[in-house]
Amino acid sequence: MNQTEPIPNSSEREAQALRDLENSWQTPRGMIGWLSCTTHQAIGMRYIVTAFIFLLAGGIEALLIRLQLALPNNTLLGPDRYNEIFTTHGTTMMFLFAVPMMEGMAVYLVPLMLGTRNVAFPRLNAFGYWIYLAGAIFLYWGVFTNTAPDAGWFSYPPLSGPAYSPGKRVDFWAQMITFTEVSAMCVASELIATIFKMRAPGMSLNRIPLYCWSMLVQSFMVIFAMPAVMIASSYLLSDRTVGTHFVNPAEGGDPLLYQHVFWLFGHPEVYIIFIPALGFVSSIVTANSRREIFGYPGMVLSIVATGFIAFGLWVHHMFATGLPQIGEAYFTAASMMIAVTSGVQIFCWIATLWTGRLRMTAALHFVFGFIAIFVLGGLTGVILASVSLDVQVHDTFFVVAHFHYVLIGGALFPLFGAFYHWFPKITGRLMNEAVGKLNFWILFIGFNLTFFPMHILGLKGMTRRIYTYGSEMGWELGNILATIGAFIIAAGGVVFLINIFLSRNRGEIAGDNPWDADSFEWAAASPPKSYNFEYLPVATSRYPLWVAASERTFVTGLRNDRREVLVTTLMDAEPHHRLVLPRSSLWPLLTALAVTIGFIGSVFNAWYITYGSILTGLAFVGWFWPRLPVETKP
Amino acid sequence: MTKRNGEKGAGLKGAVFCAYAFVLFDACAGHQQSAVDPAGPQSGKIAVLWWFFFGLLTTIFLIVMVFTLLTLTRRGHRSGQEPLNASHLPPGADEKELTRIVAAATIATVLILFVLLIASVSTGKSISELGDKKNGMVIEVTGNQWWWHVRYWNDDPSQMLVTANEIHIPTGRPVMIRGMSQDVIHSFWVPNLHGKRDLIPSRVTTEWIEADQPGIYRGQCAEYCGLQHAHMALWVIAEPQAKFDSWMKHQLRPASPPGGPTGERGKQIFLNSACIYCHSIRGTAAGGQTGPDLTHFGSRRSIAAGTLPNTIGNLGGWITDPQGIKPGTHMATIPVSSEDLQPLLEYIEGLK
Repeated sequence: MNQTEPIPNSSEREAQALRDLENSWQTPRGMIGWLSCTTHQAIGMRYIVTAFIFLLAGGIEALLIRLQLALPNNTLLGPDRYNEIFTTHGTTMMFLFAVPMMEGMAVYLVPLMLGTRNVAFPRLNAFGYWIYLAGAIFLYWGVFTNTAPDAGWFSYPPLSGPAYSPGKRVDFWAQMITFTEVSAMCVASELIATIFKMRAPGMSLNRIPLYCWSMLVQSFMVIFAMPAVMIASSYLLSDRTVGTHFVNPAEGGDPLLYQHVFWLFGHPEVYIIFIPALGFVSSIVTANSRREIFGYPGMVLSIVATGFIAFGLWVHHMFATGLPQIGEAYFTAASMMIAVTSGVQIFCWIATLWTGRLRMTAALHFVFGFIAIFVLGGLTGVILASVSLDVQVHDTFFVVAHFHYVLIGGALFPLFGAFYHWFPKITGRLMNEAVGKLNFWILFIGFNLTFFPMHILGLKGMTRRIYTYGSEMGWELGNILATIGAFIIAAGGVVFLINIFLSRNRGEIAGDNPWDADSFEWAAASPPKSYNFEYLPVATSRYPLWVAASERTFVTGLRNDRREVLVTTLMDAEPHHRLVLPRSSLWPLLTALAVTIGFIGSVFNAWYITYGSILTGLAFVGWFWPRLPVETKP
Repeated sequence: MTKRNGEKGAGLKGAVFCAYAFVLFDACAGHQQSAVDPAGPQSGKIAVLWWFFFGLLTTIFLIVMVFTLLTLTRRGHRSGQEPLNASHLPPGADEKELTRIVAAATIATVLILFVLLIASVSTGKSISELGDKKNGMVIEVTGNQWWWHVRYWNDDPSQMLVTANEIHIPTGRPVMIRGMSQDVIHSFWVPNLHGKRDLIPSRVTTEWIEADQPGIYRGQCAEYCGLQHAHMALWVIAEPQAKFDSWMKHQLRPASPPGGPTGERGKQIFLNSACIYCHSIRGTAAGGQTGPDLTHFGSRRSIAAGTLPNTIGNLGGWITDPQGIKPGTHMATIPVSSEDLQPLLEYIEGLK
């Protein structure tokens, strides 16, 4: 292995090496090949496309909600249908769109940014996707068979318990949680291993791109938060299916226990969604302000601090349940503290933009939109942190406005920016910038028209989750504006889709690095080859592509006839050893199927836990069956 | 001259504020269910805290926005911008200054948050001191899907009044709401008086409310509680002590006997129907406990927890088709023949 040797000149040997590399990273053709694929670009794209479809589904549900609430005493949807739709909307957006979309973007981008060829556990990656897909199909199977959950996206018992929610609706919800959480845990563990151990040589901790830092923190948060929600949903599910009484007050169970465990997940969940978006923003700001990011250490510390603080403030979702004063003061202070870490990042971005030379690309438009919306949402969050104010606005449309400002502003706007930013990398073609800016303005105006009036509706006493209201309440104006705004947002979505489809076929050819950006993904071809880099790059700076071309170095000496990557040390990313990654395999799919049989069956009959475990065990035997690598000659 | 100017200024300020508040909050319309139109000491303190937060946070928002937008004017924003220089870094002096500014902004954030924290905690503390265990009244409110069971506590059990969906309170006297639930979690919220408090099965939660002025304040369930969460309203009616006392005296009486033969017939129809399995009318044999007490139903403002105004026509509609009016309600559809309906309605509405 020699890090500093320049790339050898093209030769016959070179061409042979390239053929070997292509060969060993190729996914077999045909249906079986497609199902057994384990490359991160393909899996990442599957996540992104699937999650996008659920964004559209959640969006349609949102439009139905807005249509029902547009006028007082509306009878478009009855209470039962309305409750199903708002529950499915929240559940879809949180579990089937936001988290998987962020995971998918990371699965695609992180190995490229780190300068490696795949994630650390490629088969686990494929397994995670199949489990997510199964959970998503399971929930929507319920939606189309009148078994959509209707107890709200946090399904408080006893309302969600067997006495008040008979039937299978809540079971579908609770088990879908299990599916998506397993999936998220898979992605989280492989991202942590990838970011810790598979960085390009030289990419010491202080050179990791901010996006990868945010994914690292997010992954740790997933690992600590997701088990909490699985416990909560398992309490609920076992109360419902096998008659335990964890959260059933009639038998001595405690409904508040459920709320504590749920929000111990539920609050970090918000950061799990929006911390990756902070990474998008940092990448877009760096590339388009044409300078290094201001305050890198402060940014990293802020992200890490956010990751910790996020676990200490869940009780602000429960202020109305009544707490001792000292507890209230603590959780108020903790909730406000999150404004400091968010503030530091906002200041650093503004400082970067202030001293940079801005290129107002469509992506940067979305960043400006993000700052405006997210800052407003963050400030209303400070209001919610205050117990006295929270008990007035809690569970009203003020809160609905707040979390849409934080989640749409904090995650969706950066995500759209990310689509515009990385689309050329993924497809090889640029998206239309003019249409992109139009897209931004439609979304920005539509968003504010929809959600700003909701602050006022909440203060005027409009509670959440009501399927209708009387005309005497004085809520008509705000609601009709919100409904109009929702359709403007939908129009923005249509513009985006048109832009995607037109640009995909007819967009300007992008080249490897259309934005003259700084990180390794822009050194790969557009779209990237299945092996990402012919020679793994070496990081000689925090902004490796802004180093003069003559000073860039590469790794040589990896075998091309098998899927080899370089494992580096945790702190300084010094080369440590060569790792052979597995090739395509059907076992992740088969294991996912076995797990799915267990999960879905257990909703109807507890014995399926046993059947599913046996099948999963068998699948694991297949998965871990020792076999010689194909390239090893006996 | 100065004085006139001052008055004019105050008037103008008032008008501007009112116009602004009108556009934003409809506050001048005197809203019946509003968190920014306080009618009691608790909500008053919260409203003061709210306007303080609102003013401070709006200012911060505007400052951040101004700086964000000013970045666009610094070095232009053309699509073909070249990097500042080959190293992609502005001169070190600039960075040092930036560091100072960002550090100052961060320190300012921390300080402002401390101010907000202290304001918030001290408001919370002063609200919690508003209760009065000695002279306060205790009203037990039990959430049910989807109505409110109300019981006035008294050391003398014969003076414990049971009613539903309407709470009369005397002005100027602290009232403790003891919240409970019969089924799922509900939340008691009358925004003009105080913030919300969840009603949790197997637990008792408390909240002190107080009304400064006589008035009718609407509230509704704020925790999602199933199909008819939207139709679970209540009214708090604050009246001077004397008026309240006479109301209480009247309510404690058993139901007044029907006024005429039609009413008397209605009473028999009621007592011979399935209605009595769920509803009580004190002074008669009807003693069901699962539905709202109807002893003085005719004196209440609404039917089915704010679903319909209390008129004889609405009551007829409600009795004949509860599922059509409030889909999912636990009110049973009791078949009542058309000739029986009118007497029945007259009897129930006559329960003033």
